[in-house]
Amino acid sequence: MRPDLDIVADMIEPGSRVLDLGCGDGALLETLIHQKDCSALGIERDPDGFHACIARGVPVTQGDLEAELPEIDSGAFDVAILSLTLQAVRHPDRVLAEMNRLAPRQIVSLPNFGHWTLRSGLAFRGRMPVTSILPYQWYNTPNIHLCTLRDFEQLTADTGMKIVRRVVLSGSGEAESGPAKLFPNLLGQGAVYSLGD
Amino acid sequence: MPSGIGLVKTRRAVVFDGDRPLKLGSGAEVNRVEVAYETYGELNEERSNAVFICHALSGDAHAAGIHEGDDPDRPGWWDNIIGPGRPLDTDRLFVICANVLGGCSGTTGPSSTDPDTGRPYGLRFPLVQVRDLVTVHRALLAELGINRLLAAVGGSLGGMQVLQWVIDHPGEIDGALVIAASGRLSAQNIAFSAVAREAIMRDPDFNDGDWYDTGKRPDSGLGLARMIGHITYLSEQSMREKFGRRIQDAEVPRFGFDVDFQVESYLHYQGQSFVERFDANSYLYLGRVMDYFDPFRDPARVQQQIEAGDTSFLVLSFDSDWRFSTAHSKEIAAELRLAGAPVTFREIASTHGHDSFLFAIPEYHETVTGFIDRLASERGIGRESG
Repeated sequence: MRPDLDIVADMIEPGSRVLDLGCGDGALLETLIHQKDCSALGIERDPDGFHACIARGVPVTQGDLEAELPEIDSGAFDVAILSLTLQAVRHPDRVLAEMNRLAPRQIVSLPNFGHWTLRSGLAFRGRMPVTSILPYQWYNTPNIHLCTLRDFEQLTADTGMKIVRRVVLSGSGEAESGPAKLFPNLLGQGAVYSLGD
Repeated sequence: MPSGIGLVKTRRAVVFDGDRPLKLGSGAEVNRVEVAYETYGELNEERSNAVFICHALSGDAHAAGIHEGDDPDRPGWWDNIIGPGRPLDTDRLFVICANVLGGCSGTTGPSSTDPDTGRPYGLRFPLVQVRDLVTVHRALLAELGINRLLAAVGGSLGGMQVLQWVIDHPGEIDGALVIAASGRLSAQNIAFSAVAREAIMRDPDFNDGDWYDTGKRPDSGLGLARMIGHITYLSEQSMREKFGRRIQDAEVPRFGFDVDFQVESYLHYQGQSFVERFDANSYLYLGRVMDYFDPFRDPARVQQQIEAGDTSFLVLSFDSDWRFSTAHSKEIAAELRLAGAPVTFREIASTHGHDSFLFAIPEYHETVTGFIDRLASERGIGRESG
């Protein structure tokens, strides 16, 4: 499993009802079902991801998460997860608000567009940055709503969501312990946020 | 596609009789119930590889393979999904399909002889519900020595039986595949059903359902009912592709009230061939079975039953199906999830309308295969072992 997903898994209480938006191959949910006795539901648009979920025994709806979200009852879950997907949705603000409606706790991870390498690439080379965590060209990227960690934190405040915990991520998706914790918006490649009361 | 199984036979079993009559959900009783069924593949020693197929309104026990003397190009109605290497792989699964209670293809129904009178039941046959169909399926499984299913699979009315089975009898089914079904017919569905029923009951030869000894049958009413039904099984696109506005056996229209367009000729053929194999009273009874189906009426009970079992669900719909549209399947998935069941849902792209569940659509079969493979691997049933 991706190291950032281990960080997400650690944030979830045993026995929770978990919704994973854009659950990919279902690896996180499979772990939560078997190791934390969670009841799980994934939403995944990509057919390969959908089939992988079935093979793992992870319950999943195949479809677009932004279309599926409004059909789910308020409070139907304990935790809603959105891992490295916020930047690819059409309406990030609405998705966050929906997650807030469906579950009292939300976990969101995202790449940080404020990382110094991205800033310097744009400042000195005058080109849209291409990195390991954001490997696409500007014209074929699914990431249509990139933001910095500071931007995201502002949006959560505007949406009335509280940040309970933040784990700053390195380029490989592991938890940063050094200077990046002090200057996350400049030195962090991304972050996992736990939101809620 | 040639059948993968080859020659098969329909068998019969008496599952209820005078000593132990069938008690229906309504409280009524049926003294003697015989079931027509077919099986494919071998039951393993642990009896853990059984898969039950529930058929739709006009189906029968002959789901796969060829009957002796039949055209080899016309195998059972779901042959493309059952057989060696197919999604319901008979190299490792034991597949059972039985004609439903109230049907007319070997299982007791309104055209069967009432042992009390020695004459066909007609409308004296008690009204049945989906739960009664399930009761008879379970009685057959008891005869076969099977008390747990790896999977129950059904499209349309078949999916409704699977749903009712899980809700009424927790702990009997590992995986429930509910395809192109409904948890509750809509007003539009019931309206179509009403017109079909009227067509039969207004036929001058209907004789209050007692035509069996008159030498006449309500063929025109049943044919008309089937024509109406068939329109709802296809999609506008599939009809456009299949027939367009083409004229039957001619280049130019004949301008008149007789059959002229190809689609009219096709519907007539569907109606006429149907009356040769189906009983008008069975059509009335099974139509009503669907109209009254309402398994989620008591959500507290559904939750209790779902929690008592451990069934995982695969709910599938087809985007061109307007009889039981994706909204019906999404409602099923939502109600089951609300009750705490693990449910996988997908809408499959297809142009074939409600009939899509009978077609070998690659994404559809791949999804079924993946779900069955997962169930089988949890039971330790490998691809190669029998």
